[in-house]
Amino acid sequence: MFARVVLLVMRKDLTIEVRSREILYTTLFFAVSCVLVFAFAFVREGEPLGDAAAGILWIAIAFAGTLALGRAFERERHAETLRALMLAPAARPAIYVGKLLGILALLFATELIIVPLVALLFAAPFFSRPLLLAGLLVSGTIGFAAVGTLFAAMLVRARSRDVLLPVLLYPITIPVIIAGVRGTAALVQPVVDPAIIVMLISLLVAFDVVFLTLSLWTFEPLMTE
Amino acid sequence: MRKFFAPLLVLAILLMVVAPVLIAEAPYEATMGLIQKIFYFHVPSAMMMMLSVFICGIWSIIFLLKKRPAADHVAVTAGELAVVFGLFVLVTGPLWARIAWGVWWTWDVRLTSYFLLWMIFVGYLLVRKYGGPGSDKLSAAMAIFGMANVPFVYVSVDIWRTMHPKTTVVTTLGEGMAIPFWFCVFAFLVVYSLVFVSRLRLEEQRARVEQLFLEASDI
Repeated sequence: MFARVVLLVMRKDLTIEVRSREILYTTLFFAVSCVLVFAFAFVREGEPLGDAAAGILWIAIAFAGTLALGRAFERERHAETLRALMLAPAARPAIYVGKLLGILALLFATELIIVPLVALLFAAPFFSRPLLLAGLLVSGTIGFAAVGTLFAAMLVRARSRDVLLPVLLYPITIPVIIAGVRGTAALVQPVVDPAIIVMLISLLVAFDVVFLTLSLWTFEPLMTE
Repeated sequence: MRKFFAPLLVLAILLMVVAPVLIAEAPYEATMGLIQKIFYFHVPSAMMMMLSVFICGIWSIIFLLKKRPAADHVAVTAGELAVVFGLFVLVTGPLWARIAWGVWWTWDVRLTSYFLLWMIFVGYLLVRKYGGPGSDKLSAAMAIFGMANVPFVYVSVDIWRTMHPKTTVVTTLGEGMAIPFWFCVFAFLVVYSLVFVSRLRLEEQRARVEQLFLEASDI
């Protein structure tokens, strides 16, 4: 039953998205513009500064992620469909997981484009260790989206939600972004030390576990009116 | 709450008058000299902030689960005090760092994570103020996630190499420093309790006025 609800909610979100492709296109465009803006700040005389690529990548992901989160729930607010979802005889945590998986699918799709783009534009050897890179991206994105989905869902009913989402989300997820940036920066060093990256991935996984547990646990009382 | 106010006020004034004397009499630290004495206010402030964070987090959990407004009043009081005492820490820290390290601020793990924790609670207050209806629940979630970040802040100094003195420095103080230090911790605790009960009462009064207003507008 739990898995069925999760799949149904996710399928609903993805179907809407596949039909309109609104979030994917706007998020992707926004992420690319972010990269462009940073290119002006961190490139001197045609050469990118040291570890800039790692930072640019994660900031682009975080900003684009915020945009996607906001949009995904704005859609639910429009026709009061979130209320309908909450009224459905389904476990609240299952609804949360379904929304989370939908957001994650979108973010991973964005990363599929953004990561090679940043690697190409900033001559960063991201793909020297594809498995470690994937580990960082997956664990980092899950941590970010876990908190993001919870807060975006809570904020649906709040006033000035567009402003409050980043206000709530960034301070709490910055540890995730820091670990992600550090890990990615270690990945582009001339000599890669896998031990550091594995340590950061395990830190990210620890964050994921804490954030997911807390989110699953607080989603129900938070979404009850 | 009211009956605690007067005795706490008297005690707080007394302690805060004696504290500077004790600090002045404490021995000078060998390498840092005078500037080290800021530590007697810096560390207790940090302790009070941590206490606040936990009170805010735990009472937010109680509020979310039991839906009692009284728990929310405690949480918002603690949330505000966390920001205030955190600000003390963030002001006294750079004053010390300017002399000891030669810079006001460095992006050290400890400093960064502490700053983050403080930001989370500033965010907590922002949500409360601008979140509109239902912001009490929103901010409760923020507080719980903020509390979840504390272990990472606390452990960060011991895991990563950092310039900030380790937390074990407190337990290894010589007697000359330990007495004024723990005196200051106690003084801060009393001041903290004083502000806490006053602010809590204010919050309860505010909630009552709101309640009365709602009842009156129903008629």
